[in-house]
Amino acid sequence: MDNWSWEIFWDAFPVVLEGLGITVGLTFACYLFALIFGFVWTFLRRIPFKPLNWIVTWVMEFIRSTPPLVQLFFIYFAWPMVPVVGMTLSPFASAVLGLGLHFSTYIGEVYRSGIEGVEKGQWEASRALNFSTSQKWLKVILPQAIPPTIPMLGNYLIIMFKEVPLASTIGVVGILHMANSYGAQYWAYLEPLTIVAILFLVLSYPSAILISKLEKRMNRRFNKNEALNSSKGATT
Amino acid sequence: MRGINITISVLIASAILGYLMAFVAGLCRLSSNIIIRKATGFYIEVFRGTSLIVQLFWLYYAVPMLFDIQLGSNWLVGVIAIALNYGAYMSEIVRGSILAVAKGQTEAATALNMSSFQRMRLIILPQAVRMMLPEFGNYLIQMLKATSLVYLIGMNDILYYGNILRSNDLSQAPTVYLLLLVFYFILALPIIWLTRKAEVISKKGVAS
Amino acid sequence: MTEPIVTFQNIHKSFGDVEVLKGINLDIKPAEKVAIIGPSGSGKTTIIRLLMTLEKPTSGDIIVDGKNLWKMDKNGKLVDANEKHLRQVRGDIGMVFQHFNLFPHMTILENCMTAPIHVKSEDKKTAKQRSIEMLEKVGLGDKLDNYPSQLSGGQKQRVAMARALVMRPKVMLFDEVTSALDPELVGEVLEVIRDIAKEGEMAMILVTHEMDFALDVADKVLFLDEGVIAEQGTASEVIEHSKNERLQSFLKRFRA
Repeated sequence: MDNWSWEIFWDAFPVVLEGLGITVGLTFACYLFALIFGFVWTFLRRIPFKPLNWIVTWVMEFIRSTPPLVQLFFIYFAWPMVPVVGMTLSPFASAVLGLGLHFSTYIGEVYRSGIEGVEKGQWEASRALNFSTSQKWLKVILPQAIPPTIPMLGNYLIIMFKEVPLASTIGVVGILHMANSYGAQYWAYLEPLTIVAILFLVLSYPSAILISKLEKRMNRRFNKNEALNSSKGATT
Repeated sequence: MRGINITISVLIASAILGYLMAFVAGLCRLSSNIIIRKATGFYIEVFRGTSLIVQLFWLYYAVPMLFDIQLGSNWLVGVIAIALNYGAYMSEIVRGSILAVAKGQTEAATALNMSSFQRMRLIILPQAVRMMLPEFGNYLIQMLKATSLVYLIGMNDILYYGNILRSNDLSQAPTVYLLLLVFYFILALPIIWLTRKAEVISKKGVAS
Repeated sequence: MTEPIVTFQNIHKSFGDVEVLKGINLDIKPAEKVAIIGPSGSGKTTIIRLLMTLEKPTSGDIIVDGKNLWKMDKNGKLVDANEKHLRQVRGDIGMVFQHFNLFPHMTILENCMTAPIHVKSEDKKTAKQRSIEMLEKVGLGDKLDNYPSQLSGGQKQRVAMARALVMRPKVMLFDEVTSALDPELVGEVLEVIRDIAKEGEMAMILVTHEMDFALDVADKVLFLDEGVIAEQGTASEVIEHSKNERLQSFLKRFRA
């Protein structure tokens, strides 16, 4: 352990911390994008047209099973080269688009499981009461579908927070980028990278506990949504 | 395409090691020894609480500095990082599945005078593994995606060769990356198919 | 007088603050058939679960074939039994559960064969042969390679009995084995138990709600009420001629 230096640690700390704002900001930007775009997938999947459903399902599968790192490179390096488009995106915008799109496919699944978790009887009851489509969704389905998805959506926020450092590879100056450039400058990777790890742990662990508490409370209130509890882990 | 062997060998090695870690850590979490339980819990929380890419860099840059050791090749670093990270995630699935096997199964095994080891080996694990299969399949896809990260610690995987192609001819960038994505998807397809099969299998032969 | 095969000595059992058994004393002779009846929550299932080592008594001793079940001798002192000791003593006991608890990942033949092979170290051929014989005896000789999910409840319960019988227990415990069955399937299961009872050499403890059946099969009936044995005697004494008021009102509900 002789190679550990508190001096470097405290020297690097403010440098790394400078990137925290970007990292957290990017996380929320990606998350917002994924939340909104998740709706698009859910909506597209509900259109009762078989070929379209099939295509949407496989496009989602494609985005979900290929590395977000390559997707980032595609959007950052390749997108401007596509004939006609010719539009260069900033690293930050590329990251929002790339990671946001990647995780929107997972978020879309969450929405779907929430909607499918509403009992069949509720749909039938809305029909029996002669609700209009918008009344049915706003008054009956969504109020029941949304609450059980909240813990899962929270989990995805944490998962995305941990994915965001990928964006340092296309030059977004978040904490990992700061740590790596500090390391390259002084040939001291140990301390700055440890700081990054600690920051992640400090931010994500309490949130994870908070969410699992929330989940338990939700389950007590809606103790039917067992299908939702097997939340699929989605990292990298 | 060069670099395929690296992507695939990293995937296979980290999957095997990752599943192994998952079982070891998952069973340790259920141990009656509190020290083993807490220590494993610490490992799991640290690796789940930080991101894989940070762990990868940390193992690659920081660990050799900290302990004055070389972890051997960067191939090994990549495999260890992916295996430790996903092992931590999957250990929770191992633990959850074992706990999900109905209590009556343990009781029936006790009534047949099985030892606790026999109960685990003959009755609980065969059922728990069936429950784990679909999630294990999902995580295999996650690990496949994670293999792309070894490029960042200087391995010559397909992403590395893709990037070389791109820098040689910038106008080729869309084709190159699209091909890469398609390549990963082709690798993922059999796993997706197996995962769907596993979902069917897991519904049979389990009491919960 | 023959030595009892099972003895309960002042057994108490609490779950949290609730005391379920409040001092049970009980002797069961080899080959004796004992039915335990009583309202739900009276602790009747707990009695046999303690004997099967699925629950641990809060205080008191259980003696099985002369050996203390929950305590063992260590350097001259009585200490809590470890797993090795429990396995030695409970080898003479078998149990059939209310919810069958068959192993869903095994065929019914494997369900029966596994324990003889792994627990009693029988060779595979013998274990298989004996399992087949036992399954034929309960009328399931044609289902050997089926999985439990393919069977009816009554068939499942008969497999569960074959599985327990293959272990050749000296004491067999039946925990409300017909309560989870559809009414039309109860008969076939009771028939098998009657057959086993007639063979005679095994002691049986039946927790049951089937009063006519208890009357028919049991040598002795215990009425358990609020954690104590409130009434005991021969089946006809307890079920047909008892003066105990709570027992009579309990019976009335079942015979209506």
